[in-house]
Amino acid sequence: MDTKGKYGIYGGQYVPETVMNAVCELEKAYEHYSKDKEFQEELKALYRDYAGRPSMLYYAEKMTKDLGGAKIYIKREDLNHTGSHKINNVLGQILLAKKMGKKRIIAETGAGQHGVATATAAALFNMECEVYMGAVDMERQALNVYRMELLGSKVTAVTSGTSTLKDAVNEAMKDWATNIETTYYLIGSAMGPHPYPQMVRDFQKIIGEEIKAQLLEKENRLPDCVVACVGGGSNAIGAFYDFIGDESVRLVGAEAAGKGVETKYHAATLSRGRDGIFHGMKSVFLQNYEGQIDEVYSISAGLDYPGIGPEHANLAKTGRAEYVPVTDEEAVCAFEYLSKTEGIIPAIESAHAVAAALKIAPTMSKDQIMVINLSGRGDKDVYQIARYRGVNISE
Amino acid sequence: MNRIEKKLGELKEQGKKALITYVTCGDGGYEATEKAVYEMEAAGADIIELGVPFSDPIAEGPVIQAASVRALSGGTTLAGIFEMVKRIRKRTDMPLLLMLYLNSIFGFGTERFFDICAEIGIDGVIIPDMPYEEKDEIQPYADNHDIISISLVTPTSKDRIEKIASSARGFVYCVSSTGVTGMRSSFQTDFSKFISEIKKYTDIPCAIGFGISNAEQAHDIKQYCDGVIVGSAVVNIIGKDPENCTKPVFDFTSSLREGLDR
Repeated sequence: MDTKGKYGIYGGQYVPETVMNAVCELEKAYEHYSKDKEFQEELKALYRDYAGRPSMLYYAEKMTKDLGGAKIYIKREDLNHTGSHKINNVLGQILLAKKMGKKRIIAETGAGQHGVATATAAALFNMECEVYMGAVDMERQALNVYRMELLGSKVTAVTSGTSTLKDAVNEAMKDWATNIETTYYLIGSAMGPHPYPQMVRDFQKIIGEEIKAQLLEKENRLPDCVVACVGGGSNAIGAFYDFIGDESVRLVGAEAAGKGVETKYHAATLSRGRDGIFHGMKSVFLQNYEGQIDEVYSISAGLDYPGIGPEHANLAKTGRAEYVPVTDEEAVCAFEYLSKTEGIIPAIESAHAVAAALKIAPTMSKDQIMVINLSGRGDKDVYQIARYRGVNISE
Repeated sequence: MNRIEKKLGELKEQGKKALITYVTCGDGGYEATEKAVYEMEAAGADIIELGVPFSDPIAEGPVIQAASVRALSGGTTLAGIFEMVKRIRKRTDMPLLLMLYLNSIFGFGTERFFDICAEIGIDGVIIPDMPYEEKDEIQPYADNHDIISISLVTPTSKDRIEKIASSARGFVYCVSSTGVTGMRSSFQTDFSKFISEIKKYTDIPCAIGFGISNAEQAHDIKQYCDGVIVGSAVVNIIGKDPENCTKPVFDFTSSLREGLDR
């Protein structure tokens, strides 16, 4: 097999030779354990007893009435242990790392949610853990930095480039290339070289499977629309995957438009990017005419990334899923809206999905159903939202 | 015949080791790069790698990364580098390689990239983020113009060495150790074993790079290989004072030459 992990023209394994054998080793290990009954049972038990799965599918009655369109359900990934969907992937990969005999875990993080989930699992599995985080992100997500340290992980500030998620991935890749024999790189999104996009999607697809089963039970039917936010795209691919074959289900990804896609300050990859090869994969990237990767911007550290996972790039290209830009202002309004309407404070990342839903739901009819994947909770963002609104709170 | 292969053939006949040096294009301006190339050639470098600065150089250590940042913020572009290569090509017939990340080719347009390379006299490319399995991304376009894509082998390549080495052209870039580019004070790799494993599958020269930063190291390592590649140490010298880099670059390259010839 020479061309691996392709989604249409996207995907692949574009990594330096130093890490190529590790990638192949991981691929073999994943192929084996993904079919291993014992592994799957162990993971299921962790999901149930440690992460708190299944997460609830909540009927947002007030929001439904207020918007006057589709019936809205919210998939509560925010209620998972560590407060986001990230734990699903982390538990899968750390179990794999343990089976592979690895002792040291490294990870990149943007908002800190993946870092916190990784630090949590590393504590549980008694592994050494180092998390790379952009210095800018460390400032805007200081609470998560302390949380990771509390869990026993080392958080290393990345000051290169824009000091955000992209740069954290760069540094994690360099660490991996240096400590390849001992270290497992636990990528947090459905991106990077094969097998990561597939593996992360497989560990996240439980979101969509649960949505389908829960909605069948409550409504005895499929949803008409599933909405999720996309940075790298792990919660979105997790929510979408089980519905890809169900043509009647509209799949909508909300990407970060920052201060607007017409400005330089956004991270709306599928709205403004083009095909490229970076971070181990062929996908769509925000880049200049000579292939230099753009500096991107979003209020949300978790969506502040110039690329997207290859499977999303393919879903966009084939038209199976649509991707809409959501600005900072729209996301902050949605953040406040969901808090006041349903008493649920969403992560600023997830608020991008809520904002897209606020636009789409009223255009749908009352007998239609929309599911919003609420990927994480917003406690971590309260300080930043206050600052955005010009309110000075000191902790 | 490709200039890289021609040069390496001549060196073999003369019983000499190849000195391959690297410079980050546009660090200190195109003029500094050009001057450095001429000085390195005059001081005995055999092949020059022209590094194309990339926004996110995941295989580079701090020295080349910083040089890349300086070059890009100074306005260095691929188009500008192509113009510079044209000027260099007028003055020298030495083999010139571009070392660059795959998106600098793919994002620019692969076919157009190699058409231009052929036109301006580039002899080869080194792409650190393109492993053997993905080489078809560029290979047909490079082959079309007899431009060599240099293969990298690392101490972690193990069972991959056979397929990489047996299809390699020009020289095999033998990466000294795991990790990123940059000066190292010592090496953990058993070079004798590493290189002999590669030589099982190819007759082309093996050049060791990553971390070699002085004449002593070059001298110590030459017994194992057919050439050495020195990058960060050169970049470090240019970065210190680009305007007055000519003499230090000449002196440093001369010392490497002496280390290899001794």
